[in-house]
Amino acid sequence: MSTRWGVTKFILRRLAFGVLTLLVVSIIVFGMTQLLPSDPAQAKLGRNATPASLQALRDQMGLDRPKIAQYFSWLKGMVTGDPGDSLAAEVPITSYIADRVVNSLFLLVLASIVSIPLSLALGAYMARRPARILSNAMLALASMPEFVVGIVLVIIFSTRLFHLLPAVSAIDIGKKPWTDMKGAILPTITLAVGAIPYISRTARASLVEVLQSDYVEMARLKGIPEREVMRRHAFPNALGPVFQVIALNIAYFAAGVIVVEAIFNFPGIGGALSTAVKARDFPVVQFLAMALAAVYVLTNIAADVATLLVTPRMRTRLS
Amino acid sequence: MSSTQIDSSQPRLSPPATVAKPPGIMRVAFRLWRTRTGLIIVALLLLVAFFGRYVAPYGEQEGVGLPFKPSSETRLDTLFGSAKIGHDVWTRFLYGGRPILIAALASTVIALVIGSIIGLIAAYNRRKLDDVLMRAMDVILALPQIITALVVLSMFGAKTYLIVLTVGLSTVPRIARVVRGAAVSIVERDFISAAEALGEKRSRILFSEILPNVAAPLLVEANLRLTFAIGLISGIAFLGFVPDPGAANWGLMISENKSGLTPNHWGVTLPVIAVALLTIGTGLIGDGISRAAAGLDRQKGED
Repeated sequence: MSTRWGVTKFILRRLAFGVLTLLVVSIIVFGMTQLLPSDPAQAKLGRNATPASLQALRDQMGLDRPKIAQYFSWLKGMVTGDPGDSLAAEVPITSYIADRVVNSLFLLVLASIVSIPLSLALGAYMARRPARILSNAMLALASMPEFVVGIVLVIIFSTRLFHLLPAVSAIDIGKKPWTDMKGAILPTITLAVGAIPYISRTARASLVEVLQSDYVEMARLKGIPEREVMRRHAFPNALGPVFQVIALNIAYFAAGVIVVEAIFNFPGIGGALSTAVKARDFPVVQFLAMALAAVYVLTNIAADVATLLVTPRMRTRLS
Repeated sequence: MSSTQIDSSQPRLSPPATVAKPPGIMRVAFRLWRTRTGLIIVALLLLVAFFGRYVAPYGEQEGVGLPFKPSSETRLDTLFGSAKIGHDVWTRFLYGGRPILIAALASTVIALVIGSIIGLIAAYNRRKLDDVLMRAMDVILALPQIITALVVLSMFGAKTYLIVLTVGLSTVPRIARVVRGAAVSIVERDFISAAEALGEKRSRILFSEILPNVAAPLLVEANLRLTFAIGLISGIAFLGFVPDPGAANWGLMISENKSGLTPNHWGVTLPVIAVALLTIGTGLIGDGISRAAAGLDRQKGED
């Protein structure tokens, strides 16, 4: 009876904490620009700007207003989807980013389609057998940075051994990413290889715990075939932690695209972020950092809620 | 590591007043092949990174021929041909490890010190302070480390101390969580109450009573964080953010020699192998320690 209220309260509390977290992150991200010795108006107009034109731009950008007011108008822009203009490209950030968001999302979807089923299968395999070679390979892959994996793939598949796939995925901005599927293969594999060790190891750990439990023992003793035991008794109960890991991996992808897109010159938000950092295009950096942090926080909340919903004993504990 | 030997000449009291100390976690870990392999790999790479430059055949910025030529086509004698701007690949490789390793080690040490202090204080004080500290840690965890690093670099430029501080400080919450998690149950134990009753200083309770008891999970986490710091710092360099673009650096070397992969792959292959081996090595050590720790926990649980 009160369980449902308990779940609602849990979700609301997590959401409230998520919003609070993002607010604090926004204060830090905004505050950091205020520490800068340089003047954004000066940065935009260059050294030869006249004092009059500088003052005009300052007024236009609202730089003479109190910091608090500046912060709130910046925050309002972030939330309402009007984060202002890119300093380098001199176009609204949203139109600068739009195509790249589609490209990166395409990559994320492809990588998830590859990595999630594969790593669950690997996890199930490792849970039932010792599989020492496989789990040692996962351990080695888990600690390797994405760019090492990506470059090794380039060496194998596009330059040295085979000449099958392009080393760079040059999709023109404005063109849809699925028109160049060949160019998306290596970035997808690189992202997936980064994620698979984590998901499969967590899946394995939670499956091992479930397989050693009394009810699985009971099901086996009743003579239920092993496949049925796995499918009906073990797997549903191992799902909670797996959901959490899937969410963590979406978050991982959100950060992983930065390096992966750089390896393959893939025109996504990760590449846009590195370019913006190099050009010191603060509005774009701030916006992308906030957007990726939001993805991260929201996927984590989704994971917690999903875990709660597939784990009845946690639900009853709440009430 | 520093398990004190029990003097066997002393007559044993019955029942024994002191339970024989289990062997130190590092000693147990060292018996595992994976720890040994990891240590050998890491030691070799440390040697190359720190002392390689003294046996390098050419200068860090010295030209040996045209860019991206295999060793048969360079003007001067080379082992692995030439890199971007005609530098010697082998020389650049011998020079390029130190900046990454120094930055990774320094940032891990910063994270370890601050993270342990925060974790211990949170676990010992509980209530309000614990809540505030751990929520603050959660906020830092909400930003992926590479994004935090890029935001800072975009503002202040790629300076070594900034990279070290950013990576170190953004690692603090991860250490603090582990230390707090392990220390919470220690704080409840009787010997802590005893130390409090004796009027020991709070810092002594934190660092001499609690800290040694969370050493095992702390060591495992420290190793994991070092592995990630190496990946992160070389990744930042790979993206082109280095304090001195002319200096050799494994991460930067990979990205700047990528365009010469077809004529001379060594400029990419050597640093890729080094970074891969380095992370595999630290990963193996960490895995060894965590296996040893799991074994030790089992022993403790039995008595």
